[in-house]
Amino acid sequence: MTVTAVRKDPEALTMTITAEFDAPVERVWRLWSDPRLLERWWGPPTYPATMIEHDLSPGGRVHYSMTGPEGDTHHGWWEITAVDAPHRLEFRDGFADGSGAPNPDLPEITVRVTLTDTAGGGTRLDIESTFDSAEGMEQLLAMGSEEGMKAAMSQMDDLLAA
Amino acid sequence: MVVDHAPDRADVVFRALADPTRRDIVRRTMRGDHSVTALSAHYPMSFAAVQKHVAVLEQARLVTKRKRGREQLVRANIDAIRTAQALLDRFEAIWLDRMDRFGEVLAEANEGGTS
Repeated sequence: MTVTAVRKDPEALTMTITAEFDAPVERVWRLWSDPRLLERWWGPPTYPATMIEHDLSPGGRVHYSMTGPEGDTHHGWWEITAVDAPHRLEFRDGFADGSGAPNPDLPEITVRVTLTDTAGGGTRLDIESTFDSAEGMEQLLAMGSEEGMKAAMSQMDDLLAA
Repeated sequence: MVVDHAPDRADVVFRALADPTRRDIVRRTMRGDHSVTALSAHYPMSFAAVQKHVAVLEQARLVTKRKRGREQLVRANIDAIRTAQALLDRFEAIWLDRMDRFGEVLAEANEGGTS
């Protein structure tokens, strides 16, 4: 487990997850900047993600789809609000229609990603997620919890089979 | 996509908690019952204003009120406060899974050595 800390602030609707990796920031950054690498971890194995558009420049957009076991496809978008490669990325993350246009009825999250060099040539990754409202958080979790649960189970299976 | 529009109970809770005075009232009443009079001594505002804050917290079911003589005693409802925490716990699980995959992809990408 590479996650070293999780801080949750229920009053501010914010969660920050901190992980440390034994790789330089440029390498860790590639998992965000290379759409082929990003799609391998963003969605759970049961809902693999495909990056359709991926532009991490300021004001740029990411459009991705996730396809479930029954062929159900869900679209999401990011709008890049700040970027300073390979140390900082900030974006809004929400749901989209098939063309990638944001769906205003579904919740959005503000995500702030920070990569910091650590002493041994490694990287500390901080990801802060802030919900606009608690209702949005409930809605998102209602949609995501089933896929999250399935993913966790399948990963456990993989580990046991290994 | 079918989205279940759950009652916005959590939203009421968070709106109630968005105010620093109300958060302070919740903190104080978690440690024991306080009368509205005793609470209002802590804030630079009128008794009526504090009463209003207590009413917002009561509507969000973050505190309960009961009468003792002519006094109204306020007590925090610990269960409601835990709801917010529980939602964030579920979100944490999603990100812990993501970070597991992130670590695996990073290890494989490094082995590949293409950059």
